[in-house]
Amino acid sequence: MDNAQMVMYEEEAQQVTEVIDQLVKEANAKVVFVVDKNGQLISSSGETEGLDTTSLASLTAGNIAATGGLAKLLGEKEFSILFHEGEKDNLHISLIAQRVILVVIFDERSSLGLIRLRVKKTTEKLTEIFESLAKKAASAEAGSSPFAEITDDDIDNLFS
Amino acid sequence: MSFINYSSREINCKIVYYGPGLCGKTTNLQHIYGKTNPESKGKMISLATESERTLFFDFLPLSLGEIRGFKTRFHLYTVPGQVFYDASRKLILKGVDGVVFVADSQVERMEANIESLENLDDNLKEQGYDLKKLPFVMQYNKRDLPNAAPVEELRKLLNPDGNTEFDACAATGEGVFETLKGISKMVLIELKKGG
Ligand SMILES: Nc1nc2c(ncn2[C@@H]2O[C@H](COP(=O)(O)OP(=O)(O)OP(=O)(O)O)[C@@H](O)[C@H]2O)c(=O)[nH]1
Ligand SMILES: [Mg+2]
Repeated sequence: MDNAQMVMYEEEAQQVTEVIDQLVKEANAKVVFVVDKNGQLISSSGETEGLDTTSLASLTAGNIAATGGLAKLLGEKEFSILFHEGEKDNLHISLIAQRVILVVIFDERSSLGLIRLRVKKTTEKLTEIFESLAKKAASAEAGSSPFAEITDDDIDNLFS
Repeated sequence: MSFINYSSREINCKIVYYGPGLCGKTTNLQHIYGKTNPESKGKMISLATESERTLFFDFLPLSLGEIRGFKTRFHLYTVPGQVFYDASRKLILKGVDGVVFVADSQVERMEANIESLENLDDNLKEQGYDLKKLPFVMQYNKRDLPNAAPVEELRKLLNPDGNTEFDACAATGEGVFETLKGISKMVLIELKKGG
């Protein structure tokens, strides 16, 4: 299992944002967001106002985790794409590089075909970014953590 | 697996409340939700059956404030305690940074407590974690009930290694924040070590 620390740096964060901004435009999507497999939001783009992205992230990860469990039971490695169709909005969820989840919300301004096409290209770009990020994080010194220096007082202050 | 985001200057940690069915895991989160001011919490999500038993998980995002310029966020989850939901429990443990074991103090729930603790140990091992190395606190819940076993007995059976422990009555909120503080501190100290 992959229990390594997940990190995100400025440079990669910007690259991810650029890629999903582009996806929103090219796919006529309402909202796109990227979540890590544990349910933490990494980045979002589009009409996110009024949207509870924290809850969405956690539920998406739960959804992927449950589906992954089902896949295993059936002897599949993973179901890498999920699609939920609603009356107005649809949800396209896909797994990227085994560790992050790409979620696209779209309505009648787009179509499943277009979303699929654009997601494919986005997946390639995001895979590249997250693979280089993983390498960078692995080579970073453990001691360079910004938390190496925190004191018991810092921690106590959080709770005062 | 905590998530450090240098770009948004945020740190996210995942805490899981574990324990047998009806021990009071969901009640812990409900109390925390009820007593936290709106700007420090997100929505609480409960995926539950019609009889309010946890079906998949409860989720409560909290922000604690800043450490060294990083916003500190904790994502609290509960597992479904009923024995047959084991597959879901395994999924929720993924990426965990700290565990609170909520024990049901009632004498007749002692076997269920032991079984659940062993189940936690097994499920963590399966994912390459070691319960002895993970931030972990023990909560003896339902101290208010007349059929609660003495703490010494609970300790002997459930906490022989002397992990940090708290008495609680989640129904009134007693001990709930103490438990949360206890586990949060341990998680942050672990982070300081470089996780
Ligand atoms: N007397 C008493 N009752 C409690 C206490 N804590 C929880 N309860 C009650 O115990 C019952 C079960 O509590 P939950 O929090 O739903 O239990 P759970 O651990 O989430 O159960 P599952 O979701 O099935 O795993 C509820 O009726 C609570 O009100 C306590 O400290 N004292
Ligand atoms: Mg529950």
